[in-house]
Amino acid sequence: MLDINTKKLIKNAYRVTKDRGFTALRVRVPGGSLDVRYFDIIKRIAEEYGSGRVHITTRQGFEIPGIPMVKIAEINEIMAPLLAGMESAIGVEINDLNGGYPAAGTRNVSACIGNSVCPFANFNTTELARKIEKVIYPNDFHVKIAVTGCPNDCIKAHMQDIGVIGMVLPEYDPDRCIGCEACMKNCRKVASGALSMVNYKVKRDHQRCLGCGECILKCPASAWTRGDRYYRLVIMGRTGKKNPRIARTFMEWVGEDAVLKVIANMYAYIDKYIDRTLPKEHVGYIVDRTGLPVFCREVLLDVDTGSMGKVAGFIPFGGYVYERSSY
Amino acid sequence: MGVYIKNNSFDQLLTELSRDYIITAPVKLPGKGAFSDTPLVTYREIRGAGEIEFNEKSRFSPKEIIYPITQTLFYFTENEYSRPAVPDQGIIIFCRACDVHAFRRLDEIFLRNGGCEDIYFAELRKKVKFFVMECRESFENCFCVSMGTNRLEDYDVMLRVSGDAQECDARGDFAGIFTGYGEAVEMIPRFVEENHTKVTVPENIDRQVFKHPLWEEYSSRCIACGHCTVSCPTCTCFTMQDIFYEDNPKCGERRRVWASCMIDGFTSMVGGHGFRNEKGDRMRFKVMHKIYDFRKRFGYNMCVGCGRCDDVCPEYISFANCINRVNTIASGVSAHE
Ligand code: SF4
Ligand code: SF4
Ligand code: SF4
Ligand code: SF4
Ligand code: SF4
Repeated sequence: MLDINTKKLIKNAYRVTKDRGFTALRVRVPGGSLDVRYFDIIKRIAEEYGSGRVHITTRQGFEIPGIPMVKIAEINEIMAPLLAGMESAIGVEINDLNGGYPAAGTRNVSACIGNSVCPFANFNTTELARKIEKVIYPNDFHVKIAVTGCPNDCIKAHMQDIGVIGMVLPEYDPDRCIGCEACMKNCRKVASGALSMVNYKVKRDHQRCLGCGECILKCPASAWTRGDRYYRLVIMGRTGKKNPRIARTFMEWVGEDAVLKVIANMYAYIDKYIDRTLPKEHVGYIVDRTGLPVFCREVLLDVDTGSMGKVAGFIPFGGYVYERSSY
Repeated sequence: MGVYIKNNSFDQLLTELSRDYIITAPVKLPGKGAFSDTPLVTYREIRGAGEIEFNEKSRFSPKEIIYPITQTLFYFTENEYSRPAVPDQGIIIFCRACDVHAFRRLDEIFLRNGGCEDIYFAELRKKVKFFVMECRESFENCFCVSMGTNRLEDYDVMLRVSGDAQECDARGDFAGIFTGYGEAVEMIPRFVEENHTKVTVPENIDRQVFKHPLWEEYSSRCIACGHCTVSCPTCTCFTMQDIFYEDNPKCGERRRVWASCMIDGFTSMVGGHGFRNEKGDRMRFKVMHKIYDFRKRFGYNMCVGCGRCDDVCPEYISFANCINRVNTIASGVSAHE
């Protein structure tokens, strides 16, 4: 005689699965990086309560399947150190550490490996992902956010509601330039063609520049060096049945504070405009309904975009619609 | 003249010296490394002793101070030309033993090669005073001992970091100035006597080494980025550029700018022909210049074993290891004959 409140179960980061009476727990890994000691907890839950296996999720979490629903309370207690170390420790407020995850709607903030390893990365992606986690979690709104170190976008920030892409302003010292053209040729081949040679020195077209930092990496003389760090925010990318589409640039050359503030504001916007007659509504569809100007008005509230920052006035999302009629 | 100078007095000493000298030293610039959140250790004019990076090897060598990467030789208008001003002050360079040896190589090329002195180099070179920072121990990739550049007779001041003070051996005019800022001690310079990296430079190199398949491996590994040569303290190659100002092409300037034998275009000739298109051939040319060709003309090796080329190669090509490979081949070849 199982009497389970599935709404509570789901909010607790467990799932209703196809096996009646069995659930799967989703472990968040903000920023996609975790201390290996937490594997012991994950392993214990999987071995003692689950099927002995985990699924690595697309959001960089772990899903532990085959758990009897009746064991949830027990498992939540085992989880306490994991919640303390991976959520409370980064500033997320969790009132009852023995009660498991307090929300599951807002998905894990994923991140590419970033500058702890990757030479292309313009910043520490895990650190920013954790700051974002602190701003948005716990929260029930279904939102997907990812952070990536450079426009290579290995985390697929373009498939998220909010994708944060690291940028750097390249600074040029013409006196140090030997005119080897390595930066210019490389920018043309792998980035944006923002560089050209004028009188044997390099000119950068800021309108075209992606802030990827490739020119800095290529320069043998450190004529290009790192200037200030910035971010590009791409928004409202999605998969799904209705209208899959890639995210588009909403802001570029903005600072970290602006990124965090826009994200916080977006939750207020969702709260204000979400269609509560539906079980859930993804933020992208809310923007489809309200239009971009309303979204802009709400999310840009008290946001300082800085002297370099640019905000899109119009976004031709387009995207793809399944052509049912053609079958 | 040995003098023990506390760091704050040393700072005042530099302030006094800065009246007559431009003082340059390796500094650590946070966030200026090519990778994000990494520092760049490079040469800058300094304002205080606190800026000097005593503990790390600089990515670039001090040669750029008197042999600038971009140097305007003269400005021209329709029928006149003028030379850029040269600073009145002397130039103090904080550097290491191998760097001073490297300046000797530059002198060979710019002042004595071909019997004609390069006036641009000469006028700055005359101003230089070497403040040599003692190496407590070898850095990674250094092989100065193998190249005989670990020891140094020829310096103006030798410095040893000693807790919160500098132990100095100051010579010439500096002896008197330094004495005013500290107390007399005995300071006998110590030099690195062993490196982790050791090379054996072959005495004779047979022509067969030139054709050895060894170089083909470098053709597939080297990306011709030029990092090795731009960081090298002994590379001297430059190219000439005539610039006509965009706003008024009747005026302009002639510059010389560093060039690199590893980079595309170095051997380009009219009609598009290049005679070292293979990267392995460029590697061979560079290695031979550093450990053989220069020696044939001047009697000692060009390379001073600073290891910067190995520090910076993005493809992990070790110049030091290449020398040893060439040595193995060269000894094999001569044994064969
Ligand atoms: S997105 Fe950029 S920084 Fe991140 S892993 Fe890919 S290449 Fe590296
Ligand atoms: S940052 Fe990237 S896009 Fe901008 S100039 Fe450099 S290589 Fe080109
Ligand atoms: S890579 Fe560096 S040295 Fe080469 S052209 Fe670009 S800025 Fe100049
Ligand atoms: S070849 Fe390499 S080790 Fe030799 S002087 Fe040049 S940078 Fe230093
Ligand atoms: S640094 Fe390495 S890859 Fe670049 S040119 Fe030199 S040897 Fe070749």
